[in-house]
Amino acid sequence: MTTSGITAPADTLRARRELESGPSRVREKLTTAREAVAALVHDGDVVAVGGTNHARTPMALLWEVLRQGRTGLALSRPLTCFECELFLASGAADRVITSWVGIGHGWGLARVLREFVEQGRATYEEWSHLGLGLRYKAGAMGMPFLPTLSMLGSDLADRLELKTTTCPYTGQVVHAVPSLNPDVALIHVQQADPFGNSVIDGYQLMDADVAPAARRVIVSAEEIVSTDELRRDPARTVIPGFAVDAVVEQRFGAYPHECYGRYDTDKDAFSSYMERVKQEGAEGARAYVREVLAHGDFDSYLEAVGADRLATLSRVEGLMPQ
Amino acid sequence: MITTTGARPDEVMTISASRLLEDDKVMFAGIGQPLLAAGLARRRQAPGLTVILEGGMIGVQLLPGEFPASTNEMRAAVGAEMLTSATDIFLMAQRGFFDYGFIGVGQIDRYGNVNTSLIGAHDQPSVRLPGPGGANDIASMCNQTLIVTSHEPRRFVERVDYITSPGYLEGGNSRAEAGLLHGGPSFVVTDLALMDFEPESRRMRLRGLQPGVSVEDVQNATGFQLLVAEELDALDPVNAEELAILRQLTGRV
Repeated sequence: MTTSGITAPADTLRARRELESGPSRVREKLTTAREAVAALVHDGDVVAVGGTNHARTPMALLWEVLRQGRTGLALSRPLTCFECELFLASGAADRVITSWVGIGHGWGLARVLREFVEQGRATYEEWSHLGLGLRYKAGAMGMPFLPTLSMLGSDLADRLELKTTTCPYTGQVVHAVPSLNPDVALIHVQQADPFGNSVIDGYQLMDADVAPAARRVIVSAEEIVSTDELRRDPARTVIPGFAVDAVVEQRFGAYPHECYGRYDTDKDAFSSYMERVKQEGAEGARAYVREVLAHGDFDSYLEAVGADRLATLSRVEGLMPQ
Repeated sequence: MITTTGARPDEVMTISASRLLEDDKVMFAGIGQPLLAAGLARRRQAPGLTVILEGGMIGVQLLPGEFPASTNEMRAAVGAEMLTSATDIFLMAQRGFFDYGFIGVGQIDRYGNVNTSLIGAHDQPSVRLPGPGGANDIASMCNQTLIVTSHEPRRFVERVDYITSPGYLEGGNSRAEAGLLHGGPSFVVTDLALMDFEPESRRMRLRGLQPGVSVEDVQNATGFQLLVAEELDALDPVNAEELAILRQLTGRV
């Protein structure tokens, strides 16, 4: 469980052969979270979680994975928020591939993550932020590794058993960061068309690399728009439809996390989660999972959160460019 | 510590740190005190300071009273000149565009190596800390690294349990020998003192004292032997204007 080293060897060639031998990737892909997760997320998968920290987290899709009871997952994400604790506490995941875990400045340490890692029941596979970014980038480029200065001289490199390589032209010694082609990526965006062409407003974070790197991709979108609408301003589309396997319409699909330009984080929801795990540790997280899953689906859960609250969170004018 | 303005220790170090930032430079800021120091400097001596955040934001302005909890949220992006990908931001650091990187500390040793990963054994730590976030990349790639932390023996340790973000490693030329050809820590700012690194040995060296603090006070709060510069600066006390701007930023009264 607490082995160091890198989860999956670079498998960019396999990811490429799958594309070549698979069916046409240009088709309408609108479906439900339930059907998409059932078809595309398997036990033991490396699951790339889109967004970062509490920004554009694909919460609706993550809840569906928990609802369907997948096990043995590894979650990869540049900066990880409390969604990973729900997976650890539920027994759905036992490995987190990331550079950071917490809610944010002033919220204290991630208690459930601590409990699992300190007791040797889960692995924190610790990368630098750029290190994970270049793993996705290499995967998206179809290359087995990328060179970088990141992590040189650090204990991150020792733990990961990272290798260096020498520039064939200059002799400079650099780290060779292996590609990551996640088994499946879950990404939440502001807009998508039925073919999977996806618009990300604001900061893209790493998602424009995560989608093409991943072997399978589920996109959830605040709204589904027509391809003709995307054609009016095609530079906003940052994920091509042929990199996507399923498209799910989900309003407030990142709640209680934020979605740039659409709604703010629900800090009260963060506080109530933190209070639960402060009192009860992992059992608090499990109780939280049971309560949310008691709602039949994500829309029923949002209904319980309440339209007024969601409307308040949607007032983001002061936080947006004028 | 006594100041005429009644500043708290965390405010003293944030203000001291902000004074190190020069105008028209580019700074990669971590969340918390580094970002506050940048916001303060922009409102005083460094209006042209361009602030970079790891979420991919360039030229952020910081909304007074709306201090972000994360470098990846709408609050942190307010007023940005450019939003790009998180990976691209770090690649710009690797290219050498960023004059300063600015990070916080779990533990720090005499060579400026920083640990924000774990306390205890690597395989099964007694405390699992959040991890590097962007700090490893900032410390590896920016042209210089500034470090801000409260000055306590549990933080200033003989040997860090884990090198998350490299300083001068084993001292001397060891940073360059590891392949890190650029940067390294320049200053460490605390509520007690200002330190730099002696150019040959790369050992941490006391350079200045906060008002009312003695060399002995600093050494007692440090878990390793500090070098002491031949001439020590007396750091200026916090002034009322600095404190007022800082509190406007944090929303504290």
